[in-house]
Amino acid sequence: MIALRRLLRDPVAALGLAIVLFALVVAVFAPWLAPYPEDAFESHIIQRLRPPSAEFPFGTDALGRDILSRVILGTRGALVVAVSVVLAAALIGVPIGLVAGWREGWLSDLLMRVTDVFLAVPQLILALALSQLMRPGLGTAMVALALTYWPFFARTVYAETRRLRVSLFVDALAAIGMPPRRILLAHILPNAAPAIIVRATIGMGFTILTAATLGFLGVGAAPPDPDWGLAVAESRQHLPEAWWFSTFPGLAILLLVLGLNLLGDGLRDVADPRLRRSRG
Amino acid sequence: MAAYVLRRILLALPALFGLVVLSFVLVRIVPGDPAATLAGDAATPQQVEEIRARYGLDRPLAEQLLVHLRQVMTGDFGRSVFSDRPVAEEIGQRLPATLELTFCALAMATVFGVGLGLAAALDHNGPVDHLVRLLSVAGLAVASFWLAILLQLLFAMDLDLLPLRGRIDVELGPPAERTGFFLVDALLEGRRDRFVDALRHLVLPAVTLALPGLATIARFTRSGVLETLQKDFVLYARAAGYGRFRLAAIYVLRNAVTATVTQVGLLFGALISGAVAVEAIFDWPGIGTYAVRAILSADYKALLAVTLVVGVVYAVVNVLVDVAQGLIDPRVADTSE
Repeated sequence: MIALRRLLRDPVAALGLAIVLFALVVAVFAPWLAPYPEDAFESHIIQRLRPPSAEFPFGTDALGRDILSRVILGTRGALVVAVSVVLAAALIGVPIGLVAGWREGWLSDLLMRVTDVFLAVPQLILALALSQLMRPGLGTAMVALALTYWPFFARTVYAETRRLRVSLFVDALAAIGMPPRRILLAHILPNAAPAIIVRATIGMGFTILTAATLGFLGVGAAPPDPDWGLAVAESRQHLPEAWWFSTFPGLAILLLVLGLNLLGDGLRDVADPRLRRSRG
Repeated sequence: MAAYVLRRILLALPALFGLVVLSFVLVRIVPGDPAATLAGDAATPQQVEEIRARYGLDRPLAEQLLVHLRQVMTGDFGRSVFSDRPVAEEIGQRLPATLELTFCALAMATVFGVGLGLAAALDHNGPVDHLVRLLSVAGLAVASFWLAILLQLLFAMDLDLLPLRGRIDVELGPPAERTGFFLVDALLEGRRDRFVDALRHLVLPAVTLALPGLATIARFTRSGVLETLQKDFVLYARAAGYGRFRLAAIYVLRNAVTATVTQVGLLFGALISGAVAVEAIFDWPGIGTYAVRAILSADYKALLAVTLVVGVVYAVVNVLVDVAQGLIDPRVADTSE
């Protein structure tokens, strides 16, 4: 509660929170909010590429579908991808970071070197390759993104564990005979949680961008999915006439990622007041 | 200093070895049969077996890995199954295009990023500061493929100021190849028209690619400068009567940019990733478009080579960054044992 109040005191972070909450509401109630919910699948070729008007505020696409409706309907997909990828990446990265941070010696070295190697591969190439090899589609794109994002969690948790391991309360817990597994799960993990949450929030923004890029390059979402990246890709053949076709889905990506990044920054300030001073 | 540089290089080698093994294992253990993909949908089982034997895919995985490692050591990346030309040759032709693009983007991101970050810090909580903050969050949130399309729409299609795609005008033709960097080659042969044309082609892709990096660098420079401004030596220099600008440009910036320099190195990986999408949109004949083609045509030899080359470039850049850091801040080179 204190954290929330502190977060809301920063207008920029509050704006981020508002955007994310707005996106959540839109995602949950999409079928009721969209003016033409059936446009997720139905096409009306007769009204194709209409410019924005009162009837179609964002215009229509090449198949005559209302772009506003499709942007609204695409929100759910974007958030589902972001949450599941980040969750899966955390499930791989957090345990690795905990173990590598706690143990000394070869196991720790090995885990962190593997993490470094993963970090050295350009994510987009790795994700592209994995999703193509596993048969392109949204599901495999998500697996591929999770497999490329876990090292960021491993690094974050590793640093936190290293920091906490030498703290007095951990020494005390070890001295009263608490097994390492319990110290890690019941004491170190909760203390590392703020850093993990910040990483997850920023990771969601990053995932939405990368997933959209995969969709744009043709290895993510497939038609007629109202995916934002896919919409931008489809719009390329209709430029420069139909500027609205590429503009609005891209704006939706920008807004949601912006919200997540602002929220992530705000959360970081709350979690680590030391950084607050320099940020002003 | 020499020992420090050598140490950095030696540290990078195991990571590269790991990268070769990892990319090989990843490409080979994920579900899917490369031989079947290569043979195509219409292939008979015999044809698939033939391909499997030809590419050595019927051997045990460990043996394949050893063969692969031996080939990589000798710079032999095999032949592309797509074009049947040596992969090393194809990459050699395309790498300069990507490097020219990424270096220009990196230079742009560094110059403007450091400048904006410094300006923001000196105007702490003022209008410039807020503007830079807004720009830097937006820069990290924008999808580069979308930004590229909007820039094309505005500057190439509507205003007709800059070329839409490609590296150089087709009628003008590329400059005689010496370095593969069109800007350098055009200067070497003294062709002003080609230089200007290559530069005009470079603007939109480089700006697209630079924006996220610029945002990151501006952020790190800003917080670095703000932190340094609170140090005692700054107070002392101010008391001694140093001008605000001189103090900021020489003493504060030098102390503040070490974190920024590390970021520049890390950014390079992001830039190469970004180049994949940017090159696809601007028809830039570089490694990014090559990687996408290799992936879509299941050209796994080409894919492994691209991954390794990118890894090597990344490692080299990061060694250079470490060296630069040692030069800016001698303490870095000293304390690393």
